[in-house]
Amino acid sequence: MSGLASVYRVVAGTAVQTQLQYRTTNYLFMLGMIAEPVVYLVVWQTVADAQGGSVQGITAGDFAAYYIVWTLVRNMNIVFTPYGWEGRIRQGELSGMLVRPVHPLHHDLAYFAGWKVVVVLLWLPIAAVLTLVFRPTFDVSPVEVLVFLVAIWGAYLIRSMLLWVLGMVTFWTTRVSALYELYFTAELLLSGRLLPLVLLPAWAATAADWLPFRYTFGYPIEVLAGDLTTAELWGGLAAQGAWVLAGTAMVAVVWRFGVRRYSAVGN
Amino acid sequence: MESLRLVGTFLRIGVQTELQYRSNVVFSVLQSLVAVGTSLAVLALVFSHTDSLGGWSGDELLVVMGVYVLMGGVLRSVVQPAMNQLMDDVQHGTLDFVLTKPADSMLLVSIRRIELWQSVDVLVGAGIVGFALSRLDTRPGLLAVLGFVVALALGVVVLWAFWLLLTTAAFWVVRTDSLVELLSGMYQAGRWPVTIYPGWLRIGFTFLVPLAFAITVPAQALTGRLSVWLLLGAAAFTVGLVALTRWVWSVGLRAYSGASA
Repeated sequence: MSGLASVYRVVAGTAVQTQLQYRTTNYLFMLGMIAEPVVYLVVWQTVADAQGGSVQGITAGDFAAYYIVWTLVRNMNIVFTPYGWEGRIRQGELSGMLVRPVHPLHHDLAYFAGWKVVVVLLWLPIAAVLTLVFRPTFDVSPVEVLVFLVAIWGAYLIRSMLLWVLGMVTFWTTRVSALYELYFTAELLLSGRLLPLVLLPAWAATAADWLPFRYTFGYPIEVLAGDLTTAELWGGLAAQGAWVLAGTAMVAVVWRFGVRRYSAVGN
Repeated sequence: MESLRLVGTFLRIGVQTELQYRSNVVFSVLQSLVAVGTSLAVLALVFSHTDSLGGWSGDELLVVMGVYVLMGGVLRSVVQPAMNQLMDDVQHGTLDFVLTKPADSMLLVSIRRIELWQSVDVLVGAGIVGFALSRLDTRPGLLAVLGFVVALALGVVVLWAFWLLLTTAAFWVVRTDSLVELLSGMYQAGRWPVTIYPGWLRIGFTFLVPLAFAITVPAQALTGRLSVWLLLGAAAFTVGLVALTRWVWSVGLRAYSGASA
């Protein structure tokens, strides 16, 4: 076990150093990403104004808080992309990972976790500017901060597992882009990424309850920016734990069958 | 005249190349359908909570979305492939082969590559605009449609010049991927009319990232919001931007050091 811990430490440390080298690239990438929540925020603030100040009880300031926390959660959510599996499988990049004595999943988890350190550092000034411009209203208790700090890592783990499973479809076919886009559309609409889930029509909100997506966006955001009850706070963490376990099980099963189909192509 | 013939030849070659990969059209259509379905769902969600957004009705916003999809198709099929090729050529020094040809280099780099199947979005976007128009209370007159066509053409030129201007930065910094990434992110903001954004952001989306001229202005033409002055302003902006791009291109070429560097 201490062997695995040192793998995590070394890989995460490498990620920090590598990504610090690419800080300009990282920054431009983050700035490009800010466009998305800013657009949603402006649209919903406009709607709130038109409706006399709030939509279903959510005021302009609440929307600002929601989408500013969104930017941090989104950055925590960035994991190995399913599109990357095409390179791993078609060009044989996986071969090198297979001869290592640890499961390749550990490498991805450790690398992206280390990257987060850089990302959060770069995120701080962006958050400050957004706060000055959009004037969010926050009402945060210490316990919410605590739950939030756990929940963003829960979100990270859930999304890592889900996108690993999705990416491994490439073991069977490389024509995957349409499938991926369908997946990301479902995630966009039902996770809280596009809009706070209470604004969904009732049937869609019910669907969202039964899917894992909300635990990667909506739940962590609302811990900090919404006002969840104590039961909802802890219940969310429990649900996250359940989805992490389910996701890990899915990764294990799909990996077992998928990797048998892998034939090292290229070098 | 000579350059028109050149554009025609290159387009024909580009189309012929792409026709070898006909099955890709299926995937382009699928992707396009998913993207449009998402946009419609977003619009429906917003309008389930309000009946107008910054003075635009749902059907009018559908016009904006149609123009957004259409322009996105132009961007991905004609503009971006050529610009990616240009970036690669600057990095590898293969731009030499363009510069030694007896034609205008800025024109040549812009027409060398097209991705035909991405232009599915042009048709889809046009279809959305047509559908939205059929639902509007006041149909645009002949003059409005004429204004739309002119504004759309200006918009295409603005997008091309702007993307080329950014890619030209490659002469100095070699890789501009992350810059392009940044701008592709910003492009999404064009899904909504720039008039809904707060002042400073609206100015940014008008002049720094010219989404206003590429998407909002054509949509304004069809929804009775375009004045002659606005159209003239768009024309003046387009001319100015092309001139700037041309100048930066000529300066950038001098910084290009060629294959053996």
